[in-house]
Amino acid sequence: MSYSITEPSSRQKWVAGTLVITYAIITMIPLLWIMMTSFKTPPDSISYPPKVFYEPSLEGYVNLFTTRTRVSPEKLASLPPPENFAEEIVRNRDMVIAGPSKFGGRFLNSVIIGFGSTFLSIFLGTLAAYAFSRFKIPFADDLLFFILSTRMMPPIAVAIPIFLMYRQLGLSDTHLGMILLYTAVNISLAVWLLKGFIDEIPREYEEAALIDGYTRFQAFYKVVLPQAATGIASTAIFCLIFAWNEYAFAVLLTSGTAQTAPPFIPTIIGVGGLDWPAIAAGATLFLLPVMIFTVMLRKHLLRGITFGAVRK
Amino acid sequence: MSDKTVDRLASNTPVRVARKIKGLSDRAIAWIFVGPTIFLLLAINIFPLIWTINLSFTNFKANRLNREVEYIGLRNYERILGDSDIWLSMQATAHFLFWTLFFQVLIGFALAWLINRKFRGNDLWTTIIVLPMMLSPAVVGNFWTFLYQPQIGLFNYVVTFFTGGDPSGFEMLGSVDLAPWAIVIVDTWMWTPFVMLICLAGLRSIPDYIYEAAEIDRASKLRQFFTITIPMVLPFLMLAVLFRGIENFKMFDLVVQLTGGGPGSTTEMASINLKREAFEKWRTGYSSAFAIILFVTVFGLASIYVKALNKVKER
Repeated sequence: MSYSITEPSSRQKWVAGTLVITYAIITMIPLLWIMMTSFKTPPDSISYPPKVFYEPSLEGYVNLFTTRTRVSPEKLASLPPPENFAEEIVRNRDMVIAGPSKFGGRFLNSVIIGFGSTFLSIFLGTLAAYAFSRFKIPFADDLLFFILSTRMMPPIAVAIPIFLMYRQLGLSDTHLGMILLYTAVNISLAVWLLKGFIDEIPREYEEAALIDGYTRFQAFYKVVLPQAATGIASTAIFCLIFAWNEYAFAVLLTSGTAQTAPPFIPTIIGVGGLDWPAIAAGATLFLLPVMIFTVMLRKHLLRGITFGAVRK
Repeated sequence: MSDKTVDRLASNTPVRVARKIKGLSDRAIAWIFVGPTIFLLLAINIFPLIWTINLSFTNFKANRLNREVEYIGLRNYERILGDSDIWLSMQATAHFLFWTLFFQVLIGFALAWLINRKFRGNDLWTTIIVLPMMLSPAVVGNFWTFLYQPQIGLFNYVVTFFTGGDPSGFEMLGSVDLAPWAIVIVDTWMWTPFVMLICLAGLRSIPDYIYEAAEIDRASKLRQFFTITIPMVLPFLMLAVLFRGIENFKMFDLVVQLTGGGPGSTTEMASINLKREAFEKWRTGYSSAFAIILFVTVFGLASIYVKALNKVKER
């Protein structure tokens, strides 16, 4: 490597590296603590001083997925031996499994609504972004600004009429209602990000395709789409993460059938107060996919954040 | 029949033009592509906004549908501006906004500056730092209430481990003095990475040759920092502040989970107050007016800020 006066010295790098790594470790502690708590027993989770070393237990996960009822010792003794580890854990607390909890369904709702709205925002967003990028649209700048400005609205401000509107249309607490809502919120960002990605693709490719006898549609999906695939993928991840994490609309507009995990997880209440290992288990299962995603796709994701912000 | 004339005309059309018609005109495609997006935004963003404006002039209550709705002019707005609770919630919002932005800019810029020293493995550590901002604020906020528990909470334990004292001697979320800071801490933890990433983009956009020229002119490192680095990063930093400012003005999920607006109403920020008025007290007309005031405030402040930002960019 050639010597450069702007290249930091190795001592500078070492100091900078140490400081940044220290910050990174401190910032990870709350997240690690969530995961650690999810493998504790309830007494371990609330012990003083906080336990760093403990015997791992799956009680939190069992409690997360089941509802349990307390039974008398005589009844417990009369039962046949436990069939699986979950039952064994529950019996140790003088309880039996009464049935599955709502968590599985709530998690599935998050998946359906997250992927549904992401698909829809990307589908509509790509079309709109392509049109804005390639065609002369009257008042294009005003329209783009309008699309963007819808993001400035506080969610609660539009939640009132949406609540009323959905009640009229029978969309409240439905998957379709939530998918449409999240799509509307996501689409502004999607159009802006995707327009940037499509702008970068040279027009000559399509023009060549048009001369070869492709129609506009064919040129769009045979030439432009494959070129924009990376951009589309990273935009999709942003939409998915937003829909996955959203809380305000979810808590106001859903209560049962279409309720997603974020409003549900804080309501997991155990016997005698909050069951922290179960909450931590729910949080771990819910947060972990996003964390893994982030680490795996860091290049596109980090670029997307700055790209999206700086372009606006 | 006129059909025949049309057919004759059509068969006379040159092949190239015919193909163009068959494949739809560009203009038609443009509208087909943009139309659904515009429609969706009109239906789910603009229409509700207009409805909110309309409701804000009425005494409508969403939980009493058969009551007659009266238009009461600007009375909702008058009441809001004279309501001391609303002003308290605006104060709480201002406190939260100012301190979160202050810490996030300070720490975010420092981190970006350090990461830009390009030490080995910096992109992996950057990713780890970024993790909190990718996560669900409601779920994470809920868990922070556990960390903040007196006696058993990790946060209190760590603080008293270093300072001495009794870990159950203070309650971050339960005390009027500490609760506003508890939410500032969590928001800073969560969103500093965002400011950091934007600053990093700014730092990386500065070409090396400017520093090389400064070096040749024998400008000191400190002087280079204040005359090159800061001015060149400033537009990026201001942009980050704009986005965080808008988001934190609307802040809802994190704070609802952490304090729920309490203790008392110390951390009851604008959005939380709005939610309470709209969905607990069901004062739909009144809260619509409040929503409009909030929206106009954000929009107004953001526009002024963008003007200032453009001036900085032009320099």
